[in-house]
Amino acid sequence: MTVNIDKLRKMAEQITANMAYTDDQTVVASKVADHLNRFWDPRMKAALRDYASAHSAELSPALRKAVMQLDV
Amino acid sequence: MNGNMDNFYQVGREHDYGTPPADSENSVSLSIDGARITVPEGTSVLRAAALAGRQIPKLCAVEDLSAFGSCRLCLVEIEGRSGYPAACTTLVAEGMAIATQTPRLAELRRNVMELYISDHPLDCLTCPANGDCELQDTAGAVGLREVRYGYQGANHLAAETDASSPYFSFDPSRCIVCSRCVRACDEQQGTFALTVDGRGFDSKIAASQDQPFLDSECVSCGACVKACPTATLTEKSVIELGQPDRAVITTCAYCGVGCSFRAEMQGDQLVRMVPNRDGHANHGHSCVKGRFAFGYANHPDRITQPMIRESIDQAWQAVSWEQAIAHAAARLKTIQNHYGPKAVGAISSSRCTNEEVYVVQKMVRTAFGNNNVDTCARVCHSPTGYGLKTTLGQSSGTQTFDSVMAADVIIVIGANPTSAHPVFASQMKRRLRQGAKLIVADPRRIDLVESPHTRADFHLQLQPGTNVALINALSHTVISEGLEDTDFVASRCDTEAYRTWREFISAERNSPEAMQGITGVPAEQVRAAARLYAGAGNGAIYYGLGVTEHSQGSTMVMGIANLAMATGNFGRAGVGVNPLRGQNNVQGSCDMGSFPHELPGYRHLSDRQTRQQFEQDWQVVIDPQPGYRIPNMFDAAINGEFMGLYIQGEDLAQSDPDTQHVHAALGAMECVIVQDLFLNETAKFAHVFLPGSSFLEKDGTYTNAERRISPVRQVMPPLSGMAEWEITCALSTAMGYPMHYAHPSQIMDEVARLTPSFAGVSYARLEQQGSLQWPCNETSPNGTTFMHVDEFARGKGLFVPTPYVETDERSNSRYPLLLTTGRVLSQYNVGAQTRRTPNQQYHVEDRIEIHPSDAEVRGITDGSWVGVKSRAGETVLRAELTERVQPGVLYTTFHHPQSGANVVTTENSDWATNCPEYKVTAVQAYPVNQPSAWQALFQQQAKQQEELLPSVLPG
Ligand code: SF4
Ligand code: SF4
Ligand code: SF4
Ligand code: FES
Repeated sequence: MTVNIDKLRKMAEQITANMAYTDDQTVVASKVADHLNRFWDPRMKAALRDYASAHSAELSPALRKAVMQLDV
Repeated sequence: MNGNMDNFYQVGREHDYGTPPADSENSVSLSIDGARITVPEGTSVLRAAALAGRQIPKLCAVEDLSAFGSCRLCLVEIEGRSGYPAACTTLVAEGMAIATQTPRLAELRRNVMELYISDHPLDCLTCPANGDCELQDTAGAVGLREVRYGYQGANHLAAETDASSPYFSFDPSRCIVCSRCVRACDEQQGTFALTVDGRGFDSKIAASQDQPFLDSECVSCGACVKACPTATLTEKSVIELGQPDRAVITTCAYCGVGCSFRAEMQGDQLVRMVPNRDGHANHGHSCVKGRFAFGYANHPDRITQPMIRESIDQAWQAVSWEQAIAHAAARLKTIQNHYGPKAVGAISSSRCTNEEVYVVQKMVRTAFGNNNVDTCARVCHSPTGYGLKTTLGQSSGTQTFDSVMAADVIIVIGANPTSAHPVFASQMKRRLRQGAKLIVADPRRIDLVESPHTRADFHLQLQPGTNVALINALSHTVISEGLEDTDFVASRCDTEAYRTWREFISAERNSPEAMQGITGVPAEQVRAAARLYAGAGNGAIYYGLGVTEHSQGSTMVMGIANLAMATGNFGRAGVGVNPLRGQNNVQGSCDMGSFPHELPGYRHLSDRQTRQQFEQDWQVVIDPQPGYRIPNMFDAAINGEFMGLYIQGEDLAQSDPDTQHVHAALGAMECVIVQDLFLNETAKFAHVFLPGSSFLEKDGTYTNAERRISPVRQVMPPLSGMAEWEITCALSTAMGYPMHYAHPSQIMDEVARLTPSFAGVSYARLEQQGSLQWPCNETSPNGTTFMHVDEFARGKGLFVPTPYVETDERSNSRYPLLLTTGRVLSQYNVGAQTRRTPNQQYHVEDRIEIHPSDAEVRGITDGSWVGVKSRAGETVLRAELTERVQPGVLYTTFHHPQSGANVVTTENSDWATNCPEYKVTAVQAYPVNQPSAWQALFQQQAKQQEELLPSVLPG
């Protein structure tokens, strides 16, 4: 198992909240995905993606979209 | 090994042209003793003569201070004028003809000298200033042969010495009342601690109301000691050791101001550190840390022998360098074989040189074969890197320190320069005394809010954690009141992004009125402050860790950049966005590619061209995906997938937040390698200890907050036999990637080869210029004073919307108070160095500041023990009741390990960079009468570790 998923989720939601200056979820999602792709270790991105595939309802809508654009 | 004494770079005596240089484009020609010379208008006759090679005797004048004209030694004759004007206070005029040596002048000077000497002890042979006394020299120069007044008249020879300062002594019997010390304290330092009491013969120098120096307002900067022409104010080290016989120019290893110093030596013995008049960052000024607190370098606690052990409960075993390196490499390789190549990493230090930091990230990307490299800048200025790179295109401050002298309005946000960046604070105060306006945004009433002869026009005393709300309200005011610089925005910034931002910031929710409920700052104050800044010809913003160390640290940095762009404050003197860096080489360690997502010069790993360039040079394949940041490493360690860590000069176990989590992570690793001067807190978890070297023991460079690269020069051989860059190279070689450099200059050559912004940097250039501000390359061969002059580094400036997102660390019924942290002047970071010097006397323990009303309801009294509890942990500190903090806010420093300030800070961090949120923790406080459970454990562990040290450590 990889790093603590609660922390990763919290960090990802924090990123999403800071990108959420517009109501356009597509814009927010692509900014979030870009940020995660540029700054997160692939193991963390993979863990978040795996989590999202099983619990997508627990993520905010923009983050859910963003996870689909991760490069892992 | 690096101990070649022939390479020492030495300099002679410091020049002193008597009065400060004049800053004028017009020049004036005159003749001095028949020789013609042309100097800038406004130059004194004394300086012009010195420039012409004529030394006019002088006592009260010195180049660092404005002329005073009191000693009457520098008299000259000017053709066509009657009398004997003082050369130091007379300015040159076109066509002047000056005589500096005539029989009449000689007689007058001898008379003056005679008066001085009649009230001066004549024990020159045993005086500590013997050989470095301007009184002695001047008596010689004027040819004094007799003293007709006799020595038995009224005199001051019995006056008592004040030895209260740990670093210098004050012997008034030797004082000639030239007032250089008083002017140094006023003009250079800005503390106004000294006065001339009484008049005429009765006049004497006194520290605030005739107190001993230690108890006075004096902050021990040493300016008065340097200014004193006699032995009256003298370094105790000089009294003890005698006069130095050689000097080496080097750079202070404490803070991001990066002051240049003359390390004055006797053989291998450092006698004193004297600020360098030609230093570009400090112009001959210093603070107590760089000037005096170097004793740690020879402290008996220094470990000078490598040590290893199998597990952390075992005793350390002293071994040879070869054994230690082989052992470390073997363990890291075993871990990689077992857990995979990405299970190891390294952390580099912002205290180390550029060259040392560069080789660490190179080792990780080559020998380790991954990108798990991070730097302690993660926990201080990583949001600056992210925020300024995003908005402006370059991760650095935009100005020089000198730029402040052209600022009309200065904003200081979340920084406490008088404590953390003292030499720059002195310069800023000088500008404030000239009339610049000041806006302070800080939860605490820092010293700048009100200090001698300066006071802030506005103190926006916001609630901790609400920076972004405040900066948005300031920008909202600029936009809604039409105060923006539309021409600048139109020509210099990305139009589309500006439109989006403008719409965002104009929304009512960002108005000062809407935000005042959050920030606690009255809307009218915010509006007035915004008008002041926007209306200034030149507005400059300075910020520190009070901006970055928040859950919205990166957002705040971008908010600052937005505000400065909207008002056109870029690209010239007096403006800009200026991060004040904490440790000496924060800028440099970031420049050198220490982050897991980028290569040197802030180039992202995903940039194929850059990657290929390094791949070719290094002959390896570089992973295009980012590695772990420090907190990710810790989490992964606890999860059992990150098992080996090489830590260069950092004390993570003390400096990083949520101590108990950090300890658990370090404890979970199979190989922790610590390279440091002392057995620090982190070393308690280490399996290999590699003794580091102090800044006095190696060559290299540091880069200060102005992007200024300054040389660090070896003045004594490394105590452990190896400079730190050599250790890293040896480890890399043992891991299978050979790294060999003959000298750090070759490392810098490699940096220059691979990094466009450093292309023009070399040790030879540094030697010539003294220092260089990057970018330094073909387009700007002499370095770059101001960034973003004609266009931003990224082309068009990018406005980024900065929504305010409340932190999770908010007060609630269980934790009703907000704790914020900071530092004091005399101590540095976790105190490992300063606690091992007499600076300890100034700050014996960390205290918790609490407002009297909060204290009263809790039954807490001044000096009593207070328990401080957060959701992360609990510690105990002594209370200091003060109105510097507002009700609801607590404040403490983190210089002593046993204080455990980081036991209570949480793992909350900046969304973009994971920079920890040190500046806000929700806590409860209550009176207690014993240390916390954590502190009891700490004591016990500290004792255990001492017992595990090898009993006889050779070295
Ligand atoms: S050491 Fe600095 S602060 Fe203290 S009296 Fe001298 S100049 Fe002033
Ligand atoms: S202490 Fe030194 S600098 Fe100050 S007035 Fe006396 S002689 Fe001059
Ligand atoms: S201001 Fe900073 S760099 Fe300058 S002497 Fe003090 S600690 Fe050193
Ligand atoms: S040096 Fe000019 S009056 Fe003293």
